[in-house]
Parts: sequence; structure tokens; C-alpha cells
Amino acid sequence: MKKYIAKRVLNALFVVWLVATVVFFGLRAIPGGPVRTMLGAEATEEAVNRMRAELGLDQPLYVQYVEWMIDLVTFDLGQSLTSGEQISVMMASAVPRTLSIALIGVVVGLGIALPTGIISATRKGQRSDYVATVAAFLGLSMPAFFIGILLALVFGVWWGVLPIVGYAPLQEDGIVEWFRRILLPGISVGVPYAAVVMRMTRSSLLEVLDAEYMRTAKAKGVGRTTRLYKHAMQNALIPVVTVAGIQIALVLVGSVTVELVFGIQGIGRLLVDAILDRNYPVTQAVILLVASIMVFMNLSVDIIYTFLDPRIRYGDEAS
Amino acid sequence: MSNDHTTSGRSDSDALDPDERERIARRYRDESPVESTENRGVYRRIRDQILSDKKAIFGATMVLLFVFTAMFAPMIAPYEQDETFGINQEPNSYSEGDYTGNGEIDRVWHVLGTDSFGHDLFTRIVFGARISLLVALTTVAFAFTVGTAIGLIAGYYGGLIDELLMRYVDFQWAFPSIILAAGLIAFLGGLGVTNVVIAIGVAFIDDFARLVRGEVLSIREEEYVLAARAIGTSDRRIMTKEILPNAVAPIIVQMTLMIPLAIIAEAALSFLGLGVKPTTPTWGLLLAEGRQYINQAWWISVFPGLAIMVVVLAFNMFGDSLRDAFDVKQSEVSEK
Repeated sequence: MKKYIAKRVLNALFVVWLVATVVFFGLRAIPGGPVRTMLGAEATEEAVNRMRAELGLDQPLYVQYVEWMIDLVTFDLGQSLTSGEQISVMMASAVPRTLSIALIGVVVGLGIALPTGIISATRKGQRSDYVATVAAFLGLSMPAFFIGILLALVFGVWWGVLPIVGYAPLQEDGIVEWFRRILLPGISVGVPYAAVVMRMTRSSLLEVLDAEYMRTAKAKGVGRTTRLYKHAMQNALIPVVTVAGIQIALVLVGSVTVELVFGIQGIGRLLVDAILDRNYPVTQAVILLVASIMVFMNLSVDIIYTFLDPRIRYGDEAS
Repeated sequence: MSNDHTTSGRSDSDALDPDERERIARRYRDESPVESTENRGVYRRIRDQILSDKKAIFGATMVLLFVFTAMFAPMIAPYEQDETFGINQEPNSYSEGDYTGNGEIDRVWHVLGTDSFGHDLFTRIVFGARISLLVALTTVAFAFTVGTAIGLIAGYYGGLIDELLMRYVDFQWAFPSIILAAGLIAFLGGLGVTNVVIAIGVAFIDDFARLVRGEVLSIREEEYVLAARAIGTSDRRIMTKEILPNAVAPIIVQMTLMIPLAIIAEAALSFLGLGVKPTTPTWGLLLAEGRQYINQAWWISVFPGLAIMVVVLAFNMFGDSLRDAFDVKQSEVSEK
């Protein structure tokens, strides 16, 4: 098991290194070069050279590459081209916003998905199953930003009970204000997530309920509740955890568009603004950050999986 | 037996009970759908099952309606796509003015209202279907071609080639597709349909590569493949004539389920301002505009959003039914 985890960690680090490398060369492969693109065609040769020197682009490629790697390891992400702000500072302000949205999204999502999935599976073919299945289909079919707009419309514009623009930092404005501003974006990203997890819970539980050991448990006279929560759920949860973990990506992606709906300066907003401004250092930093989060997430899911599923044996133990 | 179910009026999404379904499914599995006369029965059974599935019928009808709308947009839309009338008009309202240029006052009906530029919203949504369909089909075709090639080669040859190609796929997997697409837009530098198609198409490659590789691995050791190899059939021929046709069911299901994801991805990119050029009628841009005018004109965002929802729902339902009919076992396909 240790060997397996070590291998997965190494693999993850390798992918992150690969992403960093591709981002590095990708930036330099932009047709015409990033500086030309940023300054426009009419910029003087002098201005271009000055900017290149400023960005360190006049150095030999291998020197730039080594410097970029050292910067990354020391979390020195450079400065924004438009504001001159340290990118690490911008990140420090953006990350909690996105994470807050994601947190609410995951809590709301699991809060909806697990009970509905269980009800749906245990009452298969009944009206409640039907309603839940249709609802899940609808949830899957609505982009997070459309859900966000609908929520903003209903709770913000028509009922006027919740603010629909901006964010309130937890430390400064307190938990109530923070929650009021993060609730709608959170629900927006949580609904598609809930739909995916609910479908998985339902199908996984259905499969387990059909298993022979469930029949045995029933024959032994184990009560219905114990059977469901102790025998069935424990086994059914394994694939659910995998999907729930991997699909956190869905929540993060949803957050990119939802941040725009609710005017929150999170990671997504940072990325979109950077791309529109041709602010390459910020663009590459955000892309690298997101990719690292994804790799880390997949790694965690893999590792949790090994603990959850006793049937999994890895090479070193089986022999 | 399936006829009983169509007439029974049950609105359940699972028209067959699980045992019966499993029995039918097992029969499909045993007779792998390759082209030959004796397999015509399999196609008929699959067709019958799809026809008896209300979810599939609903999905297919809506999908056809969508395709029809996109193809005949100029005939369906009441006005020209960039004709302007009174701005932010409510649904079911009228614009008055000389729109034909004949010196007389015209009275123009807007069933869904107008947007902040004065475009007739229904007209914009109808034309928006074109971009959605165009982008969805081309991106999925692109991702299918490249992804299938990667998956076939990786799965068939194994070894170092497999290792390298799959490392690439792993690498791409580290990116949520919208983030990757956004990054590619940054790299390609500039808005427009072509860039959107490239960006989303590339972002979807890994889904096909993984799927096809998995299928190839399970088919590679089948007797008919071994037989083909034994009689000296070329690798390329084995891959395209022996293996690929036998992996066609999961690929079709995957394509049907990727189309709605492509539609959402296009809408999301346009919504973010990273998609097609601002004057193009697309659902994503309308939503972005609607967000801006959320206090004055709810209809600008709500109707295009509903359009996305209905089309995506239709493809999802149809794809889900196809999956049941083909009995393709696969994990949830969804945006990552």
C-alpha cells in the first residue's frame, strides 16, 4: 500500500511538473511572442525590448526555464502586467472566495444528493423515485451560470432577500454576511454536482441492494434500517466517494462562470480577466494552480479509495 | 413484449423491470453487433427498445426539433438576426416604428421580447441554435477523431507508445475542460468560432481516448482479432475493420453524451466573453447580456437559458436511453 501511494504521489508530481513545463513553453510559443501581442503591432522595437528584459525573456531559454522552476518551488509567481501587483497576493485574495463557493457547493450538493439517492433507490419505480430522477436530469442539464442567474433573479431582484453582487470576507464581515453572499453562488455550483452524485448514489445502491449478501442479511432477520445503513450503504458508498471526489472539479469549474454572475473576484474571474487583458503571467499562474488542485484532488480520491475498499490489493501485498 | 409497455401509459423512466432488462441486455452482449446478416435481429431489438422508451422518444424529438431549428433558422425566425427594434421590450409586446422603410408605421410583435440592443429575442435564440449545433457537432467530431486514434493506437500497441500517449491523456485530465479551453483561447489569441471549436475539441480528446483504449484492451485478445492477426492482416486493418466496429456502441453513447457538454462549454465560453465575437447571436452571449440587465429585463437571460436547458436535457435523455439499449457499462459522463 505504501509503495502504491508513493507511486501515485510521484506520478502526481510528474503531472504538475509537466503542466508547468507546457505552460512555460506554451507562453513562449504564442505566435509573434507574448510581448508583441501584449504591446500591439505599433509598439516600438525599444519598448518591446524593454518589456522582454523586464520579463526576463531576453535570457537564453534554459536559463528562463530553470528560473521559472525555481520561482515556482519558492511560490514566487511574479507580478501582474496590468496592475504590477504580486500574483501570489492576488491569489491569496481570490482563492478563499472560490473555495467558499466550492465549500457551500459541495455541502449543498451532498446534502441534496445522498438523501435523494437513497430514497430513490429504496423506492425504485415509485413516484418519489420518478420525481428524483427527473430532477436529477434537470440538474444535469442546467449550466451553473444559468442556475445562478435564476437564483439571482428570484432571491435578489424579485424577492430582494439576498445580495447578488460581491463577496464579504469571513474575517472582516463575520459569518452571517459571508454566508449571505456565498449562499446563492454555492447553490448554483452545488446543483449540477448534486445531480451527478445523486445518480451515482442511486445506481450504486441499487446494485448493492440486489446483492446476495443483502438477501442473506434479510433471511437472517436483520432489520430494514440496519440492513440499509450498515450492510448496503457501506458498500454502495465506495463508488459514490470516488465520483463525489472527482466531481469536485465540476464545482470548481462551475465557480468560474458563477463568479461572473455574482461579481465575485475569485480564481475564475482572475483567469478570465487575465486572458482578456492578455496578462500572461497571471494566466499561466492561474492555470497552473487549477491543474495542481485537480491533480491533488485526484490523488486524494485514489488514496481514500484504497482505505475504503478492502477488496483492493496492490501488487506488493498480493504477492 | 415491449408493445405492452408503450400502451400501458406508465410514465416510469424504466419501462422494463430490472430482471427482464438484464436478460435482454445479456442477449445483446452475447451477440456482438458486427455487420452481418444474422445480426439484423440485434439492430431490430435495439431499435424496438429505443422506440418503447418514452425518455428516448422525447429526447430524440427534441433533438430533431433543435437540428431543424438550426438548419432552417432564417425561415423560422420572424425577423433578420441583426434587425433592431425597441430595446428591452417585454415578452408579448409590440414595437412601433418604420422598420420596412416604406414611410409607414409598422407594428411588430415580439413573442419573447427584445434584448438591450433591440434585437427580437426569439429571432436571436433561433439563430443561436445554429452556433450551438455547429460548435457541438464539430468539436465532438474533432475530439472523436483525435481521441479515437490515440485510444486505438495506445490500446493496440501497448508498451512505450501506450505509456506516452496515456501520460498525455493523464496530463490533459488535470485540466477541467473549461479551464483548458480558456487557456487554449488565450494561446490562440482571439475570439471566433474556429478558436472555440479548437479549444473545446482539444479539451474533449481525453474522454474519447480513455474510452476507446479501454474498449481496445478488452477486444484485443478476442478470437477474431487473434485470427485476423494469424492470417497476416495489417495492424491498420485490424484496428479499423476488426476492433473499431466492435467498440461502436460505447463510442456512439459517448458522442451523444458529449454533445450536450459541448453545448454547455460553448455557452460558458461565450458567457465568459471568451467565445464567439460579441455581435454573433449565441445563447451564452445572450445570458451574459441578460445578467447585465437582470434588474430591468429578466427575459433576456431566462429564455436563452431555457433553450440551453431543453436541448441539453434532450441529448442527455436520448444518450441515456441509448446507453440502456446498448447496455454500455460506463461511469457517469459529466463535465469535469
